[in-house]
Amino acid sequence: MLTTTVPTATPDGSELAKLTAMQGSNGFGVKAKGVTTDETSKRLAWVVQISAVRDNKDTDAFAELFAYFGPRVKSFLMKSGASPDLAEECTQDVMVTIWNKAHMFDPAKASVSTWIFTIARNRRIDLLRKQRRVEPEDLPWGPEAEPNPDDVMSLQQETEILGKAIAALPEKQRVLIEKAYYGELTHSEIAAETGLPLGTIKSRIRLALDRLRHAIG
Amino acid sequence: MTKTIKHHLTDDLLMGYSAGTLPEAFNLVVATHISMCDECRARLASFDAVGGELVAKSETVEMAENSLTAVMEKIKASAGISEDRPKCVRAPNAVFPTPLQEYVAGDLDSVKWRRVGGGVSQAILKTSSDATVRLLRIPAGTAVPDHGHRGTELTLVLQGAFVDETDRFGAGDIEVAGEELHHTPVAEAGMDCICLSATDAPLRFNGLLPRIAQRFVRI
Repeated sequence: MLTTTVPTATPDGSELAKLTAMQGSNGFGVKAKGVTTDETSKRLAWVVQISAVRDNKDTDAFAELFAYFGPRVKSFLMKSGASPDLAEECTQDVMVTIWNKAHMFDPAKASVSTWIFTIARNRRIDLLRKQRRVEPEDLPWGPEAEPNPDDVMSLQQETEILGKAIAALPEKQRVLIEKAYYGELTHSEIAAETGLPLGTIKSRIRLALDRLRHAIG
Repeated sequence: MTKTIKHHLTDDLLMGYSAGTLPEAFNLVVATHISMCDECRARLASFDAVGGELVAKSETVEMAENSLTAVMEKIKASAGISEDRPKCVRAPNAVFPTPLQEYVAGDLDSVKWRRVGGGVSQAILKTSSDATVRLLRIPAGTAVPDHGHRGTELTLVLQGAFVDETDRFGAGDIEVAGEELHHTPVAEAGMDCICLSATDAPLRFNGLLPRIAQRFVRI
């Protein structure tokens, strides 16, 4: 089982604490407590940056997100078959959407990288595949104004564990998953057994859905 | 509502939906099932997280010169234009989840049914041509002719229930049938069974008459 216990680290000196102090934002209520690794603090820093864009139209925080995700989204889109020009245009559109929809980001249900991926994926369907995009019904509640900081922290940590697990997959298996997401495989070519440890993240999101459904009764 | 669902989406369909590579007809069935099933909504979120990790760990490609400036210009130009779509939440008494309502332009009572024989009616929904999707209305107690599949057939129950050689499928359940399955779905007594069904290849009927009919009704 992939679970971690979170030792309480001193908040001083963590990137998140610095960012939080700098921007005077509470970053969705995320405190620096429990920050374990550079990876996790990087992820929490992204959460704080999105909240700074949402609350303060903070262009510096946005520039940081742009600097990290722009070149990676562009690379992802090019691997998915977009020309460099189209990938550039598409990435710029994704960044505009990040700015405009920052209030829709819910750090208790997705990490920033997950959220940006779904925006890029949707833009790719619109531009490259030119087919109508079908989305599930919205949940009857919006993103929570103040999600539980522990939930936010846990989800970021579990996403990090997932990232490490993907990196640790046997080469052949990892390449197959990459191909699936670059659009090189049809669904019937996607192996039924992906070898991905998705159970923990799924359970956490499922619990959050159950809790909110009960809350609205 | 979502507790009674027993038959769920497969991992390959969820990954394909997350990657954005399924035919539109399949996307419609997947999105409709997820609208009815929190379990698969959570599973999809975990597949989206995989996509997020691939992006976060991706190699980098340099952005165009002045790219950030161009983005800030686009943001200024988009000020006041909301990217939010109106919240899509189903009315309490609606049979169809909202993604399906968008294709039908309404709920169950807006469907333009065409009879296809044996009491069964269908309505083909317009999607991209790499797969087809239709609504099926099977009168209570009626069988759909015995058929097999060349590709994949997804059948999502929206109302009522059907039983075939494998199991019982009630509202919200989805049957994912591959080439190995030959089945004769029978609608349960009591209520017409309404299904949303997608295929990426024509079905294969075993009897001669359904095969002749198939030419005319595109089942």
